[in-house]
Amino acid sequence: MNASAPILQLQDIRKNFGGLTAIENFSLEVFPGEIVALVGDNGAGKSTLVKIISGVHPPSSGTITIEGKPVTMSNATMGRAHGIEVVYQDLALADQQTVYMNMFLGREPLNRLGLLDRRRMIDETEKLVKELDVRIPSAHATIRDLSGGQRQGVAIARATHWASKLILLDEPTAALGVAETAKVEAIAQSLKQRNVGILIISHSLDQVFKLSDRICVLRRGKQIGVRETKKTDKNEIIAMITGLQQQ
Amino acid sequence: MTSANTGTEVGSFASRFNLQQYVVYLGFLAIFLFFAFMLKDSGFLTVRNLSNIVLQTAPVTIMAIGLVFVMSAGEIDLSIGSIVAVSALAAAVTIASYGMAAGIVAGLGAGILIGLINGALVAYVKLPSFLVTLATMGLFAGVSRSMTDLRSISVTNETFTGFFGSGSLLGVPSLIWWTVIAIAVGHLVYRETRFGAHVLATGDNARAASVSGISVPKIRLAVLTISGGLAGLAGLLYAGRLQAAKYTLGETDLMTVIAAVIVGGTLLNGGKGSIVGALVGSLMMGMLNNGLILMGLSVSDQMIVRGLIILTAVAVSLRDKSR
Repeated sequence: MNASAPILQLQDIRKNFGGLTAIENFSLEVFPGEIVALVGDNGAGKSTLVKIISGVHPPSSGTITIEGKPVTMSNATMGRAHGIEVVYQDLALADQQTVYMNMFLGREPLNRLGLLDRRRMIDETEKLVKELDVRIPSAHATIRDLSGGQRQGVAIARATHWASKLILLDEPTAALGVAETAKVEAIAQSLKQRNVGILIISHSLDQVFKLSDRICVLRRGKQIGVRETKKTDKNEIIAMITGLQQQ
Repeated sequence: MTSANTGTEVGSFASRFNLQQYVVYLGFLAIFLFFAFMLKDSGFLTVRNLSNIVLQTAPVTIMAIGLVFVMSAGEIDLSIGSIVAVSALAAAVTIASYGMAAGIVAGLGAGILIGLINGALVAYVKLPSFLVTLATMGLFAGVSRSMTDLRSISVTNETFTGFFGSGSLLGVPSLIWWTVIAIAVGHLVYRETRFGAHVLATGDNARAASVSGISVPKIRLAVLTISGGLAGLAGLLYAGRLQAAKYTLGETDLMTVIAAVIVGGTLLNGGKGSIVGALVGSLMMGMLNNGLILMGLSVSDQMIVRGLIILTAVAVSLRDKSR
């Protein structure tokens, strides 16, 4: 296991919506350089957890600790300020803007005159897409001219650029073909070297077993268990997801 | 999928190029050549006539700048024509009793205030801008009529009329100064500031803008306020040029402004636009008006031709969007 301190620590997280309990007794640690997969059936509470970790919904009770410091967040801006970035399922890209404007959306650097520093945005974008091997025609390309895999690459590159602690990948390959899925998986693997924690939500168990170091299973808002990927198998995980014991 | 990230100029050129962005310049040239040829004996090509076109289009150009911001944010402002009349009348009435400075404040203030009302209803009450500004268009058309009981108010303050319409500086008419300054400032804000980028992002994908930390309601409030303020300025320019204000000012401008903005390459659904394109679109509409009059077309025929041009512009705009 990883010897260093966890980058993200969730303790006894509980979330109620009115009288409904969406999440209860959820505890999880994510270490730097580690990929943790969050799996569960539809309605298990995965998206609620994404919203809690990204700061959109504060938990009803329990504590979130980032690098040993407990934090309270009530919107995504606060999550980002704590170094947590989310790659949303719909990617949250502005389709008619360029790649570099999307990379810096909402956080555009300014030059001495107080105007947009395009040179810097373009340079940093080109450097990053090269590092991550996201193959796009240019930083000037318009998002809608890119393929699904390229768009996903841009969204991940953006998260990588800004995340100092944790990247949340929400169904990163749900809409992609085989080759593009492999590419995105390779990018996700390469993020481990950046010493951030990675939390991936996926419906594909193949992908989960290929990428993750540990697997956390949710069912109906309850944490069923966390397994080290090397020490478990698909049958066990499926049984945990569905709640049906397999003989 | 292309193989390498080279960041070449070829790539950037190809991604920036599209028919819609340049159609305005081609259209402008085509219409110019058409009239220059057809009307060579009717005085179309004289300096006097051409500069007249620029002077006449100044208020439309100023309003078009505001509408580029509004449409880029995915909204619409139908109330600009009514704002022109209210602002011009407010300025004219105030100048008569309290002087020029108070008149400018009243005229611009009226525009900004109506823009703020539009913006607040869209941004915070979350009503569609189409319906809000359709309502305020009618509402303030009524206000402008009741302000002076349909009477025309003359503006006799020469400093005001010189500054806002009839005068000139360094041999250049003040309306041209206003146009140049407004276009330059508008273009700078639209293309080179964080605000401009956030307007485009909001119109392109409001959810993406929102999760990126952009305050979408503030952007919506701001663009409609800008549009109201610029329509107020257009009202002052009309009052200055005509040396009078009347409720009919701006009445027929809405269609021309929308046409100028769309022809100029701003998408109806937001996310993309051009201030310079709107200027060329506005000049094109003015030239069209002027040429059709010189050709001796009746008012009804002029309306039909203009309507057809707008239809063509919208068709090109939407075709590009679904590419």
